[in-house]
Amino acid sequence: MTLALFFFYVFSIIAVASALMVIASRNPVHSVLFLILVFVNAAGLFMLAGAEFLALILIVVYVGAVAVLFLFVTMMLDVDFASLRQGMLQYAPVGVVVGVILLLELLLVGGSFVMAPQVSGASAVPIDHAVDNTRALGQVIYTRYVFLFQGAGAVLLVAMVGAIVLTLQHKANVKRQNIAHQTQRTRAEATELVKVKSGQGV
Amino acid sequence: MQFIAAAANYLLGIPVLGWGDQIGFVYKGLLFLVALLIFTAYILLADRKIWAAVQVRRGPNVVGPFGLLQSFADLLKFLLKEPMIPASSDKIVFLLAPLVTSVLALSAWVVIPLDAGWALANINVGILYILAISSLGVYGIIMGGWASNSKYAFMGALRSAAQMVSYEVSIGFVIITVLLCVGSLNLSDIVLAQHQMGIAHALGVPWLSILDWFWLPLFPMFIVFFISALAETNRPPFDLPEAESELVAGFMVEYSSAPYLLFQLGEYISIQLMCAMTAILFLGGWASPIDLPPFNWVPGWIWFILKVCFVFFGFAMVKAFVPRYRYDQLMRIGWKVFLPLSLVAVVVVAGVLQLTGWGWHGGAM
Repeated sequence: MTLALFFFYVFSIIAVASALMVIASRNPVHSVLFLILVFVNAAGLFMLAGAEFLALILIVVYVGAVAVLFLFVTMMLDVDFASLRQGMLQYAPVGVVVGVILLLELLLVGGSFVMAPQVSGASAVPIDHAVDNTRALGQVIYTRYVFLFQGAGAVLLVAMVGAIVLTLQHKANVKRQNIAHQTQRTRAEATELVKVKSGQGV
Repeated sequence: MQFIAAAANYLLGIPVLGWGDQIGFVYKGLLFLVALLIFTAYILLADRKIWAAVQVRRGPNVVGPFGLLQSFADLLKFLLKEPMIPASSDKIVFLLAPLVTSVLALSAWVVIPLDAGWALANINVGILYILAISSLGVYGIIMGGWASNSKYAFMGALRSAAQMVSYEVSIGFVIITVLLCVGSLNLSDIVLAQHQMGIAHALGVPWLSILDWFWLPLFPMFIVFFISALAETNRPPFDLPEAESELVAGFMVEYSSAPYLLFQLGEYISIQLMCAMTAILFLGGWASPIDLPPFNWVPGWIWFILKVCFVFFGFAMVKAFVPRYRYDQLMRIGWKVFLPLSLVAVVVVAGVLQLTGWGWHGGAM
């Protein structure tokens, strides 16, 4: 057993256990925290596979941004645990049916999955071990797959614009702060010097 | 088992005693940890002293000469107090939160190179590692705020999470501008690039290495990074998560004793990490400002520590004389000023490098 294999088992056991805890724990916030643990351990597995760039990007993007928003939303939920458990029996048959269908599909796919022997030799971009994988990824993404990469970026941009459009509301009678206007104010237009006669007030 | 022997050699080996072929990682790590913690104690004291000096006070001056032992007295006091755990809190998460904060803050230091070849782990994706660790740092705060089961703590946690996620984006883009110039994600390479190219080299005065560093060609990004670092570490004027006038102490309001100490420790260590990052990205890391004797007789790590102290002095001065921001102003700066600015800078820097062929190109390749 090598050190790498040892860590593989450590990471995968924690990952699987905490993946189970995601669905097993009663409190949704605990579920999200376990989900984060799964992400971190998956990043550890990537690291062991030599994909250090992917591992750290997984942490930066999923753990650092996506899961934070997840946690945000779940924390704000006002969950009533008693009423959650009441509907359990009602929805259980549907859940079981969906689960069984998914399992069957997975078994079908897994059972019929065969790797053709010539695949590894015919891969589009053979792995060059002399180049570190950040550079290797960059060389492939920005040359061979540049249109796919840009396309993925455009899809994300459209999704972001869509989310903003859906939530942005312009109400007519709301007074808004105009920062540029505020900072460009001069002393003359902002203040007024009033001569007050004594005993009379302003 | 062979791997245990290999692991023991790597972690615990001592070549002097004839066992192992390098000094074990554990010893180096421990030495680094102790040095870092003692440095933190004095950074804390310096923070209070500078703050006091700006306000024409004396600051801590009772424990030890000039109050030099104040931080250690505070440490003892924190450890001897009773840790209070709110009855309705989520106890496990409540106690996990300060641990997460401090452990993550400490673990980021593994990749910081104090001198040529002095990083505990000189990994190729060092800067991504730091970005990843600092993006995890927000969890300690959210967990603490949520588990306390208190309104103030929860509000502080929400503010902090939004703030840290927002400023991470501009920090990321600033780092990308530096990376474009260097062509490597390795922190040592970033420092080496600042030794070997730059404005001083272009002007034909390579000994004036202070001009070589990236603060000069990337000056706007240097400023953006400094301010974003303040916001990312919840330092004043962006300390809204713990704004005492509105939220008492924000996410830390229910904490006492050792858990509180761990929160404070994590905060100060990540502040130093940001200072170290500023030194590495923009101030030439361990390079001496003038590459002539007697300046380059001084060991590199001393220059590095001096630079970290210099940046921290900036942090402390900002804390002393800038009033706290309003929350919407903070968000406005992050998303409407820094993000477009740094995005444009990435495009401009990439364009300039592409057109002129400048850049260090990662040394190799």
